[in-house]
Amino acid sequence: MADVIVELEKVNKYFGQNHVIKDFDLRIIEGEFLTLLGPSGCGKTTILRMIAGLEDATSGTIKIQDERVEDKEAYERDVNTVFQSYALFPHMTTYENIAYGLNVKKIPKQEIKERVREMLEMVQLMGYEGRKPDMMSGGQKQRVAIARALINKPKVLLLDEPLGALDLKLRKQMQIELKRLQKKLNITFVYVTHDQEEALTMSDRIAVMQEGVVEQLGTPDEIYKYPGTKFVAGFIGESNIFEGEIISAKNGILKVAGSSGEKMTLLGSGFDEGEPIQVCVRPEAAVYSKEPKDGFSLKGTVRNIIFVGSQYRTLILLENGQEVKINRGRKDRDIKEGDVVYIYWEDEDGFGIRKKGQETQK
Amino acid sequence: MNEKNGITVKDKKSWFRRNGPVLSTTGPISVWMLVFVLIPMLYIIFISFMTRDVYGGIVYDFTLDNYKEIIQPLYLKVIWKSLKLAFITTVICLLLGYPLAYYIAGKPSKTAAKLIMLVMIPYWTNSLVRLYSVNLLGATNGPINNILMDIGLISEPLDMLYSDGIVVIGLLTAMLPFSVLPLYASIEKLDKSLLEASRDLGARPHITFLKVTIPLTMPGIVGCVLLVFIPSLGMYYVPEALGGGKVMLIGSLVRNQFLVTKNWPFGASLAILLVLMTLAMVWIYTRVSKMDDLEVF
Repeated sequence: MADVIVELEKVNKYFGQNHVIKDFDLRIIEGEFLTLLGPSGCGKTTILRMIAGLEDATSGTIKIQDERVEDKEAYERDVNTVFQSYALFPHMTTYENIAYGLNVKKIPKQEIKERVREMLEMVQLMGYEGRKPDMMSGGQKQRVAIARALINKPKVLLLDEPLGALDLKLRKQMQIELKRLQKKLNITFVYVTHDQEEALTMSDRIAVMQEGVVEQLGTPDEIYKYPGTKFVAGFIGESNIFEGEIISAKNGILKVAGSSGEKMTLLGSGFDEGEPIQVCVRPEAAVYSKEPKDGFSLKGTVRNIIFVGSQYRTLILLENGQEVKINRGRKDRDIKEGDVVYIYWEDEDGFGIRKKGQETQK
Repeated sequence: MNEKNGITVKDKKSWFRRNGPVLSTTGPISVWMLVFVLIPMLYIIFISFMTRDVYGGIVYDFTLDNYKEIIQPLYLKVIWKSLKLAFITTVICLLLGYPLAYYIAGKPSKTAAKLIMLVMIPYWTNSLVRLYSVNLLGATNGPINNILMDIGLISEPLDMLYSDGIVVIGLLTAMLPFSVLPLYASIEKLDKSLLEASRDLGARPHITFLKVTIPLTMPGIVGCVLLVFIPSLGMYYVPEALGGGKVMLIGSLVRNQFLVTKNWPFGASLAILLVLMTLAMVWIYTRVSKMDDLEVF
């Protein structure tokens, strides 16, 4: 199987009294596009900086290609970073910025010239070599920053929210370009972002982080479809979450009694009868109608129908006071605000989350 | 413009309306500069081309002799020494000021403000008091000589007074606070992520310092040089108080021509030379900074 290129084991980091990274374990596979995803302050940037050597771990081991690097300075490590604010040298031209790493390593001038040209071609900045950063747009600066890091042929490229400062359209375009670049060069990318959509679009694997620990590690598909914890379910996409207790678990079908007695069914195994569970349903997976459905349905009142661009979002108030979000492509003519409706979903569209522990089930 | 809006305002009124705020704010300082800077300056230029009479008065006879006189070896030596001491002072200010400014810039802003305050306190004490205390420190039976003799490092007191060295020390006590301020301002503005980027790209600390820190704090360095070199060049009370007349610098020379020898025209020509040297420095500065801008294209 693929080789592990970066390995973090029991890594802890304190900033003063603040315990920001807690017994952090992560193995990054060679050639993959791994995203550290989480809200701001979850420690994702700190992890990146510790791999780069810009921050020391308080305890634990960090290995790059099986070699321990805790005592290696940033300038001795074979990794490069694309910084959030680009951090281009303002007194240098595009050419000088890109050539910096090679100049420092005293590579012959002729070779530098060729490699810089290659890089400029790759990031489509031919003709900009004489410009200084303040004469370039955000997108162009971003490309320079990427070229400046990649020219060193790092074993791992670390990207710290590199697209954060770009507008939406450019960001989408750069996402695709970055992914293409990563596939082409076959370099391991470790990407930090708080944008779940970005993570889902680009990553081979996503590590969802919260408060210094990995909540869930998996492919975008797994994480979206089967969130392991309530936090992940809420952070990746949107979820309606119902508290309940399992009344029967047979043949991979769970029957759950909601906290106010309503019955729900969903697919799931590995649960025991009587176990408390959280049932999650994506807003686009749930359906509602004026008539109750045979299997199960939850009764509620339509509170609001909001047009959000690509779809209509209906907010339905259940009898126990919980609000359920349901997205629909079209507006239902016969359903108005104030109507009583019944909510249901197909068995395979619901998923359960254990209340305690962090294991995922399907 | 007035016609466009369909309103006609009397020209006089609109002129005053337009320029009133500008005039009332910049007017006083303009008058001040005119009366106390420009006119005296022109007067000095004027008399530098005049002739001195036997009694120390000025004869209104055009001559270039005052400028020719500067070329005498005696005066050239004084100018050379002034340049040399100002240069040494500037270099020491940079070498001492830069690390201090760097250190202060690395502190949280509250601590930094306190440290800057400490740097400035000597500047607020009377400069003559400061100079005389330097004088006392360096005296033949002063504390420095006493301590050195007590620990047996020297057997006879050093003759520190009235030397170039003590003049440089005097210049330093006057100039160091000024050198720290512009350096601090530019180092404090330096984006720390650029230093990290350099580290990340494989540069060892001294390479980062040479290739990133120094170029990006150049405005502070040049500011420091201008702020220290120019005043050091013309300062006359420091060599006067510490050099005891033995160390003659261009500032003292100008003073002597005006107040002792009563040769105003020659003093004026020396003063003009000093102004020209200053302008040359500023010109070099603007050229250096402009070149940097032009390179963008």
